[in-house]
Amino acid sequence: MSQDAIIEIKDLEVVFGSGSAAVRAVNGVSLCVERGQTVALIGESGSGKSVTLRSLLRLHAPKRTSIKGSIRVAGHDVLSLSSSALSDFRGEVCSMIFQEPLLALDPVYSVGDQIIESIQRHKGCSRAEANKKALALFERVKIPSPERRLAAYPHEMSGGMRQRAMIALALACDPQVLLADEPTTALDATVQIQILLLLRELQKTLGLSIVFVTHDIGAAVEVADRIAVMYAGQIVEEGDVRTIMRAPRHPYTKALLQSRAHGSLDRGQRLATIPGAPPDLAKLPPGCAFAPRCAYAQDACREGTIALVSLGESHGARCRRTDVTHLPHTESVEA
Amino acid sequence: MNASLTIPTTNVAAIEQSPGYWSGVFKRFLRDRVAMCAAAVVLLLVLLALFGAFVTPVDPYQSSMLKRLKPIGTEGFPLGTDELGRDMMSRLMVGARLSLFMGITPVLFAFLIGSVIGIIAGYTGGWLNTAIMRTVDVFYAFPSVLLAIALSGALGAGIGNALISLTLVFIPPICRVAESVTAQVRSRDYVEAARASGANAFAIIRTHVLGNVLGPIFVYATSLIAVSMILASGLSFLGLGVKPPEPEWGLMLNTLRTAIYTQPWIAALPGLMIFITSISFNMLSDGLRSAMDVKQ
Amino acid sequence: MSAATPLLDVRGLTKHFPLKASPGNKSGVVRAVDDVNFSVMRGETLGIVGESGCGKSTTARLLMHLINPTAGEVIFEGKVVGSRDLPMKEFHRQVQMVFQDSYSSLNPRLTVEASIAFGPQVHGVSEKDAVKRARDLLSRVGLEPARFAGRYPHELSGGQRQRVNIARALALEPRVVILDEAVSALDKSVEAQVLNLLLDLKQAFNLTYLFISHDLNVVRYISDRVMVMYLGQVVEMASTDAIFASAKHPYADALLSSMPSMDPDQRTEAPPISGDPPNPINPPSGCRFHTRCTFAESVCSSRAPQLTSIDDTHRVACLMYEANVAHPRSRVNVLKVAA
Repeated sequence: MSQDAIIEIKDLEVVFGSGSAAVRAVNGVSLCVERGQTVALIGESGSGKSVTLRSLLRLHAPKRTSIKGSIRVAGHDVLSLSSSALSDFRGEVCSMIFQEPLLALDPVYSVGDQIIESIQRHKGCSRAEANKKALALFERVKIPSPERRLAAYPHEMSGGMRQRAMIALALACDPQVLLADEPTTALDATVQIQILLLLRELQKTLGLSIVFVTHDIGAAVEVADRIAVMYAGQIVEEGDVRTIMRAPRHPYTKALLQSRAHGSLDRGQRLATIPGAPPDLAKLPPGCAFAPRCAYAQDACREGTIALVSLGESHGARCRRTDVTHLPHTESVEA
Repeated sequence: MNASLTIPTTNVAAIEQSPGYWSGVFKRFLRDRVAMCAAAVVLLLVLLALFGAFVTPVDPYQSSMLKRLKPIGTEGFPLGTDELGRDMMSRLMVGARLSLFMGITPVLFAFLIGSVIGIIAGYTGGWLNTAIMRTVDVFYAFPSVLLAIALSGALGAGIGNALISLTLVFIPPICRVAESVTAQVRSRDYVEAARASGANAFAIIRTHVLGNVLGPIFVYATSLIAVSMILASGLSFLGLGVKPPEPEWGLMLNTLRTAIYTQPWIAALPGLMIFITSISFNMLSDGLRSAMDVKQ
Repeated sequence: MSAATPLLDVRGLTKHFPLKASPGNKSGVVRAVDDVNFSVMRGETLGIVGESGCGKSTTARLLMHLINPTAGEVIFEGKVVGSRDLPMKEFHRQVQMVFQDSYSSLNPRLTVEASIAFGPQVHGVSEKDAVKRARDLLSRVGLEPARFAGRYPHELSGGQRQRVNIARALALEPRVVILDEAVSALDKSVEAQVLNLLLDLKQAFNLTYLFISHDLNVVRYISDRVMVMYLGQVVEMASTDAIFASAKHPYADALLSSMPSMDPDQRTEAPPISGDPPNPINPPSGCRFHTRCTFAESVCSSRAPQLTSIDDTHRVACLMYEANVAHPRSRVNVLKVAA
């Protein structure tokens, strides 16, 4: 399976700061993304999902960050790229869209100029050609009356149009990998679904590989082939989207899915909650980081490192209790 | 009314008290080496201002035509003598008192007056804000040096009038800062929540606005102390502030300017003191600013 | 007072924000809220949903009288708010609000208990009693007073801060609490804890909630009735079950169908509607939704629909449901037959 992997992350560790205040944002993440696959990284704030994503483009300030492990994207060893190779890599091989396009787009240039400039810089083609390409991109991301919109400034566009324009900018240099950091979180519901469907379509027609970071399980279900659930800087469970949604085996994944308010729930019925709060990344507990909140936890869970347990083809959970976690908690106690 | 609270009341003595905001500011300030150096210099200057007059090696008013403009390092006059043969070191030490006084007092008064006006303008908004802020802008439009000279000139020479004119000069900038900080705080949800609880403007300003705006205004004001010292020196230089023979650095700079070709180092000494003082106050205020910046 | 009297009655509530004239923009107002009418019954939870710019948050701020309405009035227990019968200060004791941003809604310089105790003190409770009430409320919202009363907001997590905000709102012993996106900024697992807390508190204190949110799943879970807003107007209002089973207004229907699917085998195939919500500065003429509506006809751009009752509890503002309107796809007769 790894022969066709376009992204291979191995034992990634990202630490911000140093000494006793060091924040261990990512603690040994390994992830494989196949060509043409969409993987959703889901988790709550502070789970390390965005940090992992940003590491793929080496976006962290090198001075305050220490990164260990290896990241290979389409044959490039990202962590050892020179700075000029890195700027070619960004955009041409791998590009990124953000939650808030208004912050990611330059306010003093028209959206068209930004896309044209990017195409010219990476491809070295004439302005007329770049212009034609930009127009085609705007059509591809389904921006109505694209000629007129190319001349618009970011603040003149609505939220959904801006997000489309940012996707066009990200696709300007034909990357193979698209990284998406909560791209629909700031959008309205009717717009969010349009963008999710657009990403799905682009993935199919362009053969893109997408890593999609979100805290919204619904958004992940709409676009992803595989889901990786993160907690306290680790991937705690990974599998294809059906397995994760229907037969999660990590207690955190199970609790996360159960704690959502959803349609089949009666009004007034209490939601299942996860007690406590996520751990402080500067003082992680030994053993499983979820153990203090876990209904299935035993003493063994609180020591050593927890290995990923394979639970079938491309399904794994970082848990010592996977033998009972498919049962509801009450039955697992008896077992 | 309908709610009955049945939870047993907690033992008052058992409440964990968090270290407050200011103790955090203090801790961060202690860690800032540059700011600590500046604070040490300022402390030294304040001590000099308070006690300098009692420890001068020589009487700072004692002139001598024979000992005029002795160079630095002369026996008995470690920093030389001025154009009337008075001991420079003693005069610089005693001069700290008036110079600091002229630097700090106007800023203090302007801080009190400007904050009140600015907070009122910032909190009320609307036409009152417009009226106050446009008036302030008229004063703000003049360069501060010109305004200080014009006001002092109109009021007449003397320390008291110089203080009044400098106070007037600093009210507009402080008022503007107070207004903008207050307007920012006013738009925060906690002020909205306080309004939603039915509190009147006075209660909201007292509990929710003051604590959040006075710090930033104060930091800004400390950065004006340096400007105030320089302006006060300038007024003295022009004969509008302190009168001779009182030692004050600005005035000393003025009277020594004739000696600039014969004893340039001595002529520069008062300027050096002004420079050190103003830069210390500026660094102190920068340090305060970053110490008060809570990043969450 | 009869049981049928609504606790809160909102009539003709309108807010137009004046705009400074600028080149290329002559028209002078943002129609943030335009002639909104609804009532809230004692003990119910009314959910208000809609997208950004639909006026749901402005409605909340108008209700709290944090901004002055251009027109309209709010009636609380049959008394006009702000009149001699019900002075503003008394109204504020009865109706409280929880804001979305848990950090910005707490004074960073005050301890948690001082923040909670502020409101009661404004209403004449002594400091000692106010602090006691604050500590009792802290334990009610699940924060041990001994550990949390003396803390400052930046020392708390987002969920803990929102619990403090809820305690602050309850400190005046209000009857109605407006929750403006109160759980939207929280992580899912924390959101569930806070939602449970809100349900407990509602029962314990006989509260009435106005629950404003863009998260339809949460609204569905917590609300008895739902009101859907679009560009400053109410487009549909019905019991939660009715609206989620069959929303009548094309916008409400599209909004509900835009919820991401939770089933990997039943993904959304096509977006229910295209485009973004238009700008409320110059809303479309007639029915404001006609620019995005799949059922729009020429009549829709000229005639503004009225909120029409289609049964006892279900009201919708769409020309297809209005009698004597020449809409080719009028549903009026279909409803009659069904009845």
